[in-house]
Amino acid sequence: MKLRRSMLFVPGANTAMVCNAYVYKPDTVMFDLEDSVALAEKDSARLMVYHALKHFAYQDIETAVRVNPLDSPYGLLDLEAVVRAGTDIVRLPKTDTVADVLDMQAAIEKIEKKIGRTKKTQLLAAIESAEGVVNAVDIARCTDRLMGIALGAEDYVRDIRTQRTKEGNELTAARAQILLAARAAKIHAFDSVFSDVRDKDGFIAEVKKIKNLGFDGKSLVNPNQIYLLHNIYAPTQKEIEWAFEVIEAAEHAKKNGLGVVSIDGRMVDAPIIARAEFTLDLARTSGLIGEDDE
Amino acid sequence: MNKYVSKEKNVKIEDRDSKICETIEEAIKKSGLKDGMTISFHHAFRGGDKVLNMVMNIIAKLGIKDLCVASSSLASVHDEIITHIKNGVVTQIYTSGLRSELGEAISHGLMDKPVQVHSHGGRVHLLQSGELKIDVAFIGVPCIDKFGNATGSKGRSQCGSLGYAMSDAQYAKYVIALSETLEPYPNAPASISQDQVDSIVLVDEVGDPSKIGEGATRMTTNPKELLLARRTARVIENSGLFKNGYSLQTGTGGSSLATTIYLSEIMEKRDIKASFGLGGITGTMVYMLKRGLIERLLDVQSFDEFAAKSLGENPNHIEISANEYANPSSKGTAISQLDVCVLSALEIDINFNVNVITGSKGLLRGASGGHSDTAAEAKLSIIVAPLTRGRIPTIRSRVHTIVTPGETVDVVVTDQGIAVNPRNVELKKRLKKAGLTIVDIEDLHKRAIQLCGQPKAIEHTDRVVAQIRYRDGSIIDEVRQLA
Repeated sequence: MKLRRSMLFVPGANTAMVCNAYVYKPDTVMFDLEDSVALAEKDSARLMVYHALKHFAYQDIETAVRVNPLDSPYGLLDLEAVVRAGTDIVRLPKTDTVADVLDMQAAIEKIEKKIGRTKKTQLLAAIESAEGVVNAVDIARCTDRLMGIALGAEDYVRDIRTQRTKEGNELTAARAQILLAARAAKIHAFDSVFSDVRDKDGFIAEVKKIKNLGFDGKSLVNPNQIYLLHNIYAPTQKEIEWAFEVIEAAEHAKKNGLGVVSIDGRMVDAPIIARAEFTLDLARTSGLIGEDDE
Repeated sequence: MNKYVSKEKNVKIEDRDSKICETIEEAIKKSGLKDGMTISFHHAFRGGDKVLNMVMNIIAKLGIKDLCVASSSLASVHDEIITHIKNGVVTQIYTSGLRSELGEAISHGLMDKPVQVHSHGGRVHLLQSGELKIDVAFIGVPCIDKFGNATGSKGRSQCGSLGYAMSDAQYAKYVIALSETLEPYPNAPASISQDQVDSIVLVDEVGDPSKIGEGATRMTTNPKELLLARRTARVIENSGLFKNGYSLQTGTGGSSLATTIYLSEIMEKRDIKASFGLGGITGTMVYMLKRGLIERLLDVQSFDEFAAKSLGENPNHIEISANEYANPSSKGTAISQLDVCVLSALEIDINFNVNVITGSKGLLRGASGGHSDTAAEAKLSIIVAPLTRGRIPTIRSRVHTIVTPGETVDVVVTDQGIAVNPRNVELKKRLKKAGLTIVDIEDLHKRAIQLCGQPKAIEHTDRVVAQIRYRDGSIIDEVRQLA
């Protein structure tokens, strides 16, 4: 399963950020053409993001683009550009219903067909309203293009008539619903952004919380948040040692034709091995274990 | 006259204070400064220096011409020298750094004789070898007593270490100290002592305290600088040198300061203490000293007010001269005891050569400083720079000007990969094992060119405007006049 801990928002009109975002190695770069882009810059941002998506620097990193709503004058133009340029994922601006997802899917399919794109553009739905949260289970299951659902907390708290707090109790219901919907549909679940980039401790506390809740990752607004988040998601030394042990035991079993093996009396089966492989992947990506010299 | 009574006893009491001159003119006349001589200045006041311009204007008024100005470095505040060069007052320059309008004018051929760009250690070597003979040293100091005992860790224009001035005072034939504060005799501990000072002049101000540490202590929030800093800290952590008692020099600038902070975190976590921190000292190094992460600081230049203050207060914060710091022909340099140094770069080439003096347009706009000195002697020299700056590649096929030879560079840390000098096989293995992304420097170069395109070659004439002197005095490269 692809690691998707960090999803870095990059305002599509911010040249410096568009030119540099890949350097920080988030798991996914999310170019934004919607809220962060002023009306006067919609066209230039679209053009810039189009070129960025085709640039070699963005070929070995997962890309997503948040497009404008289809019922705005920019939505279709955005889609035409980014699907052609090869974005991996289109992030829907605001998803209240299954129809929102299917409309977007239909528009994308049309473009893919027109240009002969064979690699399916994936979808990510942003849940930003009470209606969206209530419909999350159906939304999560409505198409196999959907790779994940994400909470958009700012609009959501406005919609349920409250405001954000440090403790985050106002998001409890939405987070639980979105996480369960995603897990039931076997797709990713992403938490909302943490906007105060200077509050390092607050950010760390929130990441620990959503990691424990089970979220795969979080949308980020500043590159400086990436390593903090990756550090929290990184496996512990103990977990890494356990994973090495599991892999070793599994290899030993395979070589000697044994069906199952056990470590410390606990059975090692396929899901355990998969989990161990994931841990080692994560450790490698986190720079906790290195390659031996060739 | 009684021949057993010292000369001092026979002079009238008021004449014992005769070192103090009423004016700079008077001191200059006493020094015997004439056309064609060499005068020196030091750069402890950095961008806040008031001494050089003040003295040069008086020298010009006195009608003295054809001087060699040997300043340990020159900042943008010294652009006034251009007028003195045009008027024939200054005909030769020795310095570690050249910047702004002066650097630009010299790059375009302002001077007949090429500027001699030396390193901090190399300057003392030139003094020692006799190539650079200072006839009169003008030494600005924050406070002094009537007999010449001077220090930088007190006074309004507190600048901290007088490391560069100490070596100038040692070798100059005549020393004029300029100060704004007169302390009661004996002013102690003194960095420049009475036996080295010929004349003293009290002036209104020697420095602008707000500009002495300007820019040096800024803690960056720039994500790229922080990324570079984290990567550099990890290189140090996994270098094999990172153990109790190791030593480090980190310098100034956003990434360097941040590296020191990240390194502190790792040191605290792993319970590692450094024996000494060296070089230009900043507030972050002082912070490490205070927290017990570093046992001693050896300070040749204090980069900010925190360092200057600490030097005066903390007995483990020790002032050293440029000679002790880095002179390759001294009897023992501090850098020879150094494990790790972190250095910056304007350009680096595929042979690991580093340019810290000319910018992307070929203009003189940097400083040699202690760069080549520390790279040569530290066990591990790390160059930190972004792969590109705007549309300008930092990694080149050949640097425009070599200041630090590639043989003395161990690692180049960029935001898009780390390159290890191929001669350092063991280090490469260690860093790879630690999970760091190690690439060939040729690949970094290729990537930089892919991102920015091949830069147009700098057009220049054959005329040499500056010679880059390596620390042993040899000419390692020459800078030519721009076309």
